[in-house]
Amino acid sequence: MSESTKSSGCCGGCGSGIKCMQIIEDGTLKNNPIIHQVLGVCSALAVTGRVENAIVMGIALIFVAMMSNLIVSLIRNLMPRRIRMVVEVAIIATFVIIFDQLLKAFYWDMSRQLGPYVGLIITNCIVMGRAEAYATQNPPLPAMLDGIANGLGYAVILVLIACFRELLGAGTLLGITILPASHYTPNILMVLAPGAFFTAGFLIWIINAIRQPRAETEETA
Amino acid sequence: MNTTPALVILIASILTNNILLASFLGMCSFLACSTKLETAFGLGVAVTFVMVCTTTLNYLLYQYVLVPLGIEFLAFILFIAVIAAFVQFVEMFVERYSPKLYYALGIFLPLITVNCAILGASLFMVIRQYNLIQSAAFGLGGGIGFWVAIMLMAGLREKMGYSNVPVPLRGTAILMLITGVIAMTFMGFAGMISMQ
Repeated sequence: MSESTKSSGCCGGCGSGIKCMQIIEDGTLKNNPIIHQVLGVCSALAVTGRVENAIVMGIALIFVAMMSNLIVSLIRNLMPRRIRMVVEVAIIATFVIIFDQLLKAFYWDMSRQLGPYVGLIITNCIVMGRAEAYATQNPPLPAMLDGIANGLGYAVILVLIACFRELLGAGTLLGITILPASHYTPNILMVLAPGAFFTAGFLIWIINAIRQPRAETEETA
Repeated sequence: MNTTPALVILIASILTNNILLASFLGMCSFLACSTKLETAFGLGVAVTFVMVCTTTLNYLLYQYVLVPLGIEFLAFILFIAVIAAFVQFVEMFVERYSPKLYYALGIFLPLITVNCAILGASLFMVIRQYNLIQSAAFGLGGGIGFWVAIMLMAGLREKMGYSNVPVPLRGTAILMLITGVIAMTFMGFAGMISMQ
């Protein structure tokens, strides 16, 4: 209970060892951006048809969140407060462009498959949210760690959803056949759009059921 | 060049290639603003309007500024800047000339800047190589598609207020499942029309 209540309070602090662990734990487990804050679900659902896509997308988000948190944190005292949003968006967009260009240069097939979703990291609320809530108030090193942690939390969920969808939808994992067609008829629905919603719904349901239910305080719908 | 007729793009982006139910764009505001029909309606109108205008604007800027200069990689920054500036402009315009509309739509406008459906529509437009008319049709269809989806969701959520949802399912989980069912029903349109 106490974990979920303290959740979003991003207590300022600097990088002693325990603090670092706490930042990482907060980002990946206790306060996972997708499961608990329902941020950035758009891309989480869209790219999880295949595990490979999910991994690349996870790496992209870790990279962008890490670098933008670092830069925002470095210039946090120079930025006028009123234009900070614009500055943050520009910084995030820069790193998204860098990643997108790298992907296009070295991994064209993947770039085509991910389509617009790499570009959509710009509007991914996780990156923006962390830059705004954490990086503007904390020194560079913890901010960078926070970016990595939140990116990692996002990547883990993505890969988890993708594992279910690819396994049930195509009988493969990372392109390797796990369930041969002779024993298992692939359920196409899982790789199509509804499968993404169902998998995410069930995943959140299971995680909520395992954790302490905090339903009393929550609104009914 | 993409040769799909604009009308086909319009209908397909509402039904078969719904921007929310098939491309998963705009989920954040879809989940957050679908508690009441009235709110959902307002957001739907605002999204549709902004989407039509920004896809058209972005198309013109992309084709006539970025492409001739050979700096297509700056598209992301350009698109997000155009969207932010446009939303800001609309907000000021509406506030000045129609305070009534401002109170109805005003709160949604800042939200739209970070709505990934808006940026997504512009990115899809580039990837699918639409021309001007097709881009406008896609923007309109995408907006209406979002509008339809969020209205459906809001209607269901208002009904859901009376039902006893199991505790761990409350919140996002049940919403995801409902969206899944809506997406599945929309797949029924799949054979009707197709677009690339």
